[in-house]
Amino acid sequence: MTHIHIKNLHVAYGSHTVIEGLDLEIPDGGIVAILGPSGCGKTTLLKSLNRLLDLHEDVTVRGSVLIDGEDIYAPGSDLLALRKKVGFVAQRPFPLPMSIHDNVAFGARLHELPTVADRAATSGTVERHLRRAGLWEEVKHRLDAPAKGLSIGQQQRLSLARALAVEPEVILADEPTSALDPLSVRIVEAQFRALRQDYTVLLVTHILRQARRLADYVIFLYDGHLVEHGPAETFFNAPVDPRTQAYLHGEIS
Amino acid sequence: MSRTRRCRMDRLARWAMGGALGILGIAFAGLLLSVVMRGLPHLRPSMLLADGQGGGIAHALVGSLCLGAGASVLALLLALPAAVALQRAYAPPRIAEAAALVLDLLWGTPSIVYGAFAFLLMVWMGVRTSLLAGILTLALVMVPVMTRAMTEAFRSLPPELWEQATALGATRGEITLKVALRQALPGLVTAFLLAFGRGIGDAASILFTAGYTDRLPGSLMDPVASLPLEVFYQLATPDPTVQSRAHAAALLLLILVLGVTLISRALARRASRHRL
Amino acid sequence: MRVDRRWGDAAVTVLARGALFLVFGLALVLGLTLLLRACPMLGSLERSTLLGSAWAPAQGSFGLRTFLAGSLAVTVLALGLSVPLCLLSALYLSEHASRRLRERVQPVLDVAAGVPSVVFGLFGVMFVVPGVAALGRLLGVPTTGYSLLAGGLVLALMAAPFTLSVALDVLLAVPMGLRETALAMGATRWETAWHVVLREARGGLLVAVVMGFARAFGETLAVMMVVGNVAVLPTSLFGPAYPLSALLANTYGEMMSIPRMEGALMSAALLLFLATGAVSCAATLVLRRMRRLG
Ligand SMILES: Nc1ncnc2c1ncn2[C@@H]1O[C@H](COP(=O)(O)OP(=O)(O)OP(=O)(O)O)[C@@H](O)[C@H]1O
Ligand SMILES: [Mg+2]
Repeated sequence: MTHIHIKNLHVAYGSHTVIEGLDLEIPDGGIVAILGPSGCGKTTLLKSLNRLLDLHEDVTVRGSVLIDGEDIYAPGSDLLALRKKVGFVAQRPFPLPMSIHDNVAFGARLHELPTVADRAATSGTVERHLRRAGLWEEVKHRLDAPAKGLSIGQQQRLSLARALAVEPEVILADEPTSALDPLSVRIVEAQFRALRQDYTVLLVTHILRQARRLADYVIFLYDGHLVEHGPAETFFNAPVDPRTQAYLHGEIS
Repeated sequence: MSRTRRCRMDRLARWAMGGALGILGIAFAGLLLSVVMRGLPHLRPSMLLADGQGGGIAHALVGSLCLGAGASVLALLLALPAAVALQRAYAPPRIAEAAALVLDLLWGTPSIVYGAFAFLLMVWMGVRTSLLAGILTLALVMVPVMTRAMTEAFRSLPPELWEQATALGATRGEITLKVALRQALPGLVTAFLLAFGRGIGDAASILFTAGYTDRLPGSLMDPVASLPLEVFYQLATPDPTVQSRAHAAALLLLILVLGVTLISRALARRASRHRL
Repeated sequence: MRVDRRWGDAAVTVLARGALFLVFGLALVLGLTLLLRACPMLGSLERSTLLGSAWAPAQGSFGLRTFLAGSLAVTVLALGLSVPLCLLSALYLSEHASRRLRERVQPVLDVAAGVPSVVFGLFGVMFVVPGVAALGRLLGVPTTGYSLLAGGLVLALMAAPFTLSVALDVLLAVPMGLRETALAMGATRWETAWHVVLREARGGLLVAVVMGFARAFGETLAVMMVVGNVAVLPTSLFGPAYPLSALLANTYGEMMSIPRMEGALMSAALLLFLATGAVSCAATLVLRRMRRLG
């Protein structure tokens, strides 16, 4: 199982420091919920774990992130391998400009995975991952239609499916149920529960009840600082920091 | 191992893209540099102050400035009110879209076609090639350029401007004249300069209509020289001293056009900073 | 006072609307005049007239096919040279370059797009034509240098800033999140650019190319200074060509002295007007539809 260890992480956009001196050892396996008010740096933290921050040019990252003992910010580290290992479901779904089928197959094809070795294997793979994301029944008759035509909720599940199809070991999910109806939420949550057996899932969420339902471990960020973290049981029942208590009582959002 | 292949492809592509930009950059640098190098030695006061009969290009410079200034003022008279009429408060979206299409049509029309059209009208009315005809033709070329840019200038105004002024009880006309025009002024000036720069470098439209002469323009009814046509005609002669006039004229034209472009950019940038 | 204000308001409206109608009218009159004047020729579409290849005004044959072919050949060649370079450059600027470089290049593009065509022509006569002549000698092809290739090269250079800047705008409009999505799946920058960015932007890029075509097709001076202007069907890169625009520019003086010449030339102008205008309109319509569909 993949092990993530964050050491003294600083992230700044220009001169605006967003994450400051974050030290954290993420427990292997299970669902780690990341909680915190809007703008506190949750998305930024997730994106620092697969080096997606590299894309923004005025971002400075200091400190190190060890994934299975290797610092992903060390010069010469293999970005493609890192991103293959660490899957990402973004806060807003961006359907790739291709068919639903190809959206799911896209990543696996890039990495030339055996699951997409030929057409038959590919359609099996696509079906499997669409089922896991709870989308199969809705799209099975229009796999060749452009993914843009899906509703936002469907697009969000598609982006889960296509991340899974790359066969990552860690999944970073940024509010993956924010645009879903209650039924789809239940399907996706069930999926995450199933994933917790074999994966480490980092799940950013705004919904406290969802965190209670799913999380094995909770991380609470406030204004770029790690305020409190611990097993879900302890976190929800006996929070220590006053800010955590206020947050859990719905006083800051 | 396939990952190393993908990385190699990525690097290759990056080289190709950067190389393409480099090729274009070098080609353009070469173009500008060669025009400057050839023109600079000839761009002496004697060249600038004498007209064609004295072996200079003053007649072309003055002619171009007259043509450009006259045409852009004339175009302004049409473009500014037309752009006003295309503001949201005046034009329903349907009309605005149709107008944008017509402007695109005119904007895309080659200047040689405007030239041919104007020549036809001149023949029909029995007018000779003259400064006036050149100005009128050039104005035709400029109108779509200026109108489009001015429409953009008005469009970039915040909609609250209209809402607030309307709430204060101002009429559409008053808002236009007292608020919108003033707020959009930098954009409008940029549009004017853009059209001026485009017009002064245009040769195909005035080829038929402005004519060519060796002298300074005397009246609106006389033929007039211009920098682009000076380049065009003098380059074709075998005499190197005459050819030098072409090189000097080309450099002068380049300086004029680039100067106008830079000024209008600076104005636009200052304006956007103020609005922030 | 009240009445005064209302009159002022109405005056502004009338003035503005009047100017707008004048602009509409200008387009209409321009199109109609060309059409009417071209009519005598358009009416006689037999062989050896408009669409024929024989050009002998003195004998009364006004075939425009040679010139149409010349225009098309020069334009297609120019685009073939400049579009790949422009697309690659635009991709470099949108996918790799730092914001600082991008912000430096954009004003340069503006400036470059404003360089007058006669300056390109001058550059062509001084360097491109001799270059092509030297190349011809090297390859053993007899050529003066005033050729289709020279025209294509000059026009390619001239079309580049415009095409590049439109293409760059289109690429920059592709949402960042789309790139993030592909990169997060482990795609390289190039794979992201090729499979995702280009694909997302293809409609807009097509419009950029089409607009470049329209502008190049009607370009006159720069091309006519280097392309040779011999009325033969262009068959070789090193041979001359004679585009429609150059025909107009070179022969308008004879328009009145030769019977039916006017109709022939106005047909040429009409062709240019329709080809360029219609194409840019179509491009705008497509672009607008795409924006609306999101
Ligand atoms: N590209 C960027 N450039 C500059 N500042 C940014 C950028 N992205 C995020 N920020 C800033 O960084 C801070 C943290 O942003 P982040 O997106 O990580 O918050 P978040 O916790 O995910 O919020 P939310 O719950 O609303 O998604 C915010 O103050 C935000 O304004
Ligand atoms: Mg977020």
